[in-house]
Amino acid sequence: MQRLRRTMMFVPGNNPAMMQDAFIYGPDSIMLDLEDSVTMTEKDAARLLVHNALKTIDYGDTEMVVRVNPLNTPYGKKDVEAVVKAGVHVIRMPKTETADEIRELEAEIEKVETELGCVGRTQIMAAIESTLGVINAYQIATASKRMMGIALGAEDYCANLKAQRTPEGMELLQARQTIVVAARAAGIDALDTVYSNLNDMETFRKEVELIKTLGFDGKSIINPRQIEIVNEVFAPTEKAIEKAKTIIAAIKEAEKRGSGVIAVNGKMVDRPVVIRAQRTIDLAIASGILTQEELS
Amino acid sequence: MEIKNASAGTLESGDILIQIGPSEQAGVQINLKSTVAYQFGEQIKKVISQTLNDLGVTNVEVNATDKGALDCTIKARVTAAAVRATGKDVWA
Amino acid sequence: MIEAAAAGMGKPVYKETNESKVTTPRWEYQTVRSKVTTLEEAIKGSGLKDGMTISFHHHFRGGDKVVNMVVGKLAEMGFKNLHLAASSLQDVHEPLIDHIKNGVITEISTSGMRGELAKEISHGLMEKPVVFRSHGGRGSAIANGDLHIDVAFLGAPSCDPLGNAVGYSRSQNAKSICGSLGYALPDAHNADKVVILTDDLVPYPNTPNSISESDVDYVVVVDSVGDSSKISSGAIRDTKNPRDILLAQQAAKVIINSGYFKNGFSIQTGSGGASLAAVKYIRQSMIDQGIKASYALGGITAHMVKMHEEGLIERLIDVQSFDKVAAESIKTDQMHKEVSANEYASADEPGSATHYLDIVILSALEVDVNFNVNVLVGSDGIIRGAIGGHPDTAADSALSIIVCPLLRGRIPCVVDEVTTLITPGSSVDVVVTEYGIAVNPRRPELAEQLKKAGLKIVDIHDLKDRAKSIIGDAAPLPFGDKVVGIVMNRDGSVLDVIRNIVD
Repeated sequence: MQRLRRTMMFVPGNNPAMMQDAFIYGPDSIMLDLEDSVTMTEKDAARLLVHNALKTIDYGDTEMVVRVNPLNTPYGKKDVEAVVKAGVHVIRMPKTETADEIRELEAEIEKVETELGCVGRTQIMAAIESTLGVINAYQIATASKRMMGIALGAEDYCANLKAQRTPEGMELLQARQTIVVAARAAGIDALDTVYSNLNDMETFRKEVELIKTLGFDGKSIINPRQIEIVNEVFAPTEKAIEKAKTIIAAIKEAEKRGSGVIAVNGKMVDRPVVIRAQRTIDLAIASGILTQEELS
Repeated sequence: MEIKNASAGTLESGDILIQIGPSEQAGVQINLKSTVAYQFGEQIKKVISQTLNDLGVTNVEVNATDKGALDCTIKARVTAAAVRATGKDVWA
Repeated sequence: MIEAAAAGMGKPVYKETNESKVTTPRWEYQTVRSKVTTLEEAIKGSGLKDGMTISFHHHFRGGDKVVNMVVGKLAEMGFKNLHLAASSLQDVHEPLIDHIKNGVITEISTSGMRGELAKEISHGLMEKPVVFRSHGGRGSAIANGDLHIDVAFLGAPSCDPLGNAVGYSRSQNAKSICGSLGYALPDAHNADKVVILTDDLVPYPNTPNSISESDVDYVVVVDSVGDSSKISSGAIRDTKNPRDILLAQQAAKVIINSGYFKNGFSIQTGSGGASLAAVKYIRQSMIDQGIKASYALGGITAHMVKMHEEGLIERLIDVQSFDKVAAESIKTDQMHKEVSANEYASADEPGSATHYLDIVILSALEVDVNFNVNVLVGSDGIIRGAIGGHPDTAADSALSIIVCPLLRGRIPCVVDEVTTLITPGSSVDVVVTEYGIAVNPRRPELAEQLKKAGLKIVDIHDLKDRAKSIIGDAAPLPFGDKVVGIVMNRDGSVLDVIRNIVD
């Protein structure tokens, strides 16, 4: 199964209780944060906490991401060393504006990986949080073969754009679409920005529906209570599941016959349709609508 | 190694506050207050002295106030306090 | 012939007297004939002697003022060796420590205790062990004489001069409210003498009443019986704790897919954020599927009242009002019924409401791999809770669900063996944790049904192992050889003992 990234949950890197608990809520990815949620004076302590948590806590199948400090700060390189040594799956680069920043990060990662003898283990994702970053989205998305996704960070982006954030999100439309298009062109995932008003779950749901329509793979979230809503929105409909099951069955049938041509109801099925069907099935299973047994 | 007074951690649930300072006596003196002292007091002290030992820090007094931290958290907080006390980082 | 009939019955024959009627207006006459007196006079009049048993209810929870006031007065009057039999004790009862040290109180029976008092008793403060009973068990023990009460001191938010008392007041001078007086009713019915303490003396007749004048010997007016704000706040308390929400959602899924979620089902929730919140998450399914509950039982909450008012729960049966909304509702709503502890949960009472209960959601301090539950003694060996109706409802219901986190900080809640046995595993059906749901092997059909519904069913041993892998092995607790507590089963047998903790 291709990894799903419907929800990437932010957890402050200096809060042991939250880091310990994050996994139980079932986010697809957990992002331990060393950047904005950690004060200057606690950067060293948070780095050690994240390092030891990654090495020790059993996070099951959850994808573990760490947002490091930018490399031009006194903390960035130490953050990279600490989390690569702890076996993090993905390093998230904040405020990425150019492909060079990704290449610089890759070099840092590779230095540590070479020492450990595990070159290529760590993936990269970039948060795009400025107009320049949006303009360079495709270059950033293709800057390294380690790239697994790009994400929008809307607060900084809006400030840079000189626009106010609105519930409807018109001001973000171009950035969102640019990021999805760049990610798709690069063959990687696209993740949307956080929604921080926990008292307004209705607007949150609308925003999730919007970004799903735009083609995003998922959303960054700040609280476990947001997970259920994202998963509900991303859950495929009964009709879509039935259609996907028919296509998957046709693939299996074709494989049995040793034929490369897949047909449903006499019509040929294209490769993109097959990929989409597989994603529908994956989402259905992850949403608990479909079980592996029902599929086979 | 010169040791300054330093601390790391918080008093929040699931965390431990480590205060470290120089000691006249040899070795590591640990004063522990813990919400789980009966069940995990010895284990917590073991993790503290093991961590300091691995860092080569001796002749220190440690005041630890534990709020149910896991071993990995204790190790992180002790390391952070020791790094701050010695000025010697664990990263390259 | 009259003489013959009277002789046959062993009765005298009526004789005309010359006494004339009392002509005082009756509203004045009531006050003349009243039982109203001071606390000291009531104690003297009750015939209380050293070594006797006094009783109290805990409807004011953390706001109770009656226990400390009465025991303080008894100490002042020089009483010794008293047995204090409360339906439960709270943090606020810390002053009892001194009364125990001074020999005023030498024996305690209760459902639970907390705070400093519990800590001192756990360390061996008392010579005689504290006897712990469930609410149903206490009701039975009082009714069948196992627990004989000499004098009951019962706080009431309103009472008339003849002793008709109730857990709220309809007068302008209302000072306190606690709603149901369910835990006080066995005491009122069975104690040799009953003293009502009230902070609102209202004119006769104070009806509808829950304690009847026929059971009451004295009425004492005091400044305050309890701080109602400490029962709970007036509004619905929604837990914001994400872990409680997760547990509540999982528990709701268990209920909805259990096979008991049908029109006319009955339900009870225990205390604790997650179990209270679970009701909120079955509400939507009740609406969607057109299912109505026949009654909700137990500690009644604002959530329950709201669903009752929406028509989703037909009746409320209330032994204890958990918050002010519930306390107000019992005052105004005929379908919201007060029950005594006996009628609520006694094993001896064929009609007790727990016998007809489908689903109960309960919390726990510890559950072990045999599904035994402890709700009384902390994992540090210190008493820090109350039995409440836990074993009664678990045993009698068709489906008992325990909701508890796998870990509280570094304290495991799923363990090899509970520190103290309160609810035997044979009566526990499902354990819901954030790491998965365990079903008692005695209920394979239930496990099958929940699995089919897509719930993550795990072996309880795996939960225990998971906890251990996160926190490590706990050292054994430093227990001494003194028995500081005895846990009674609801049938009157001894279930377990609590030993002292040695620092």
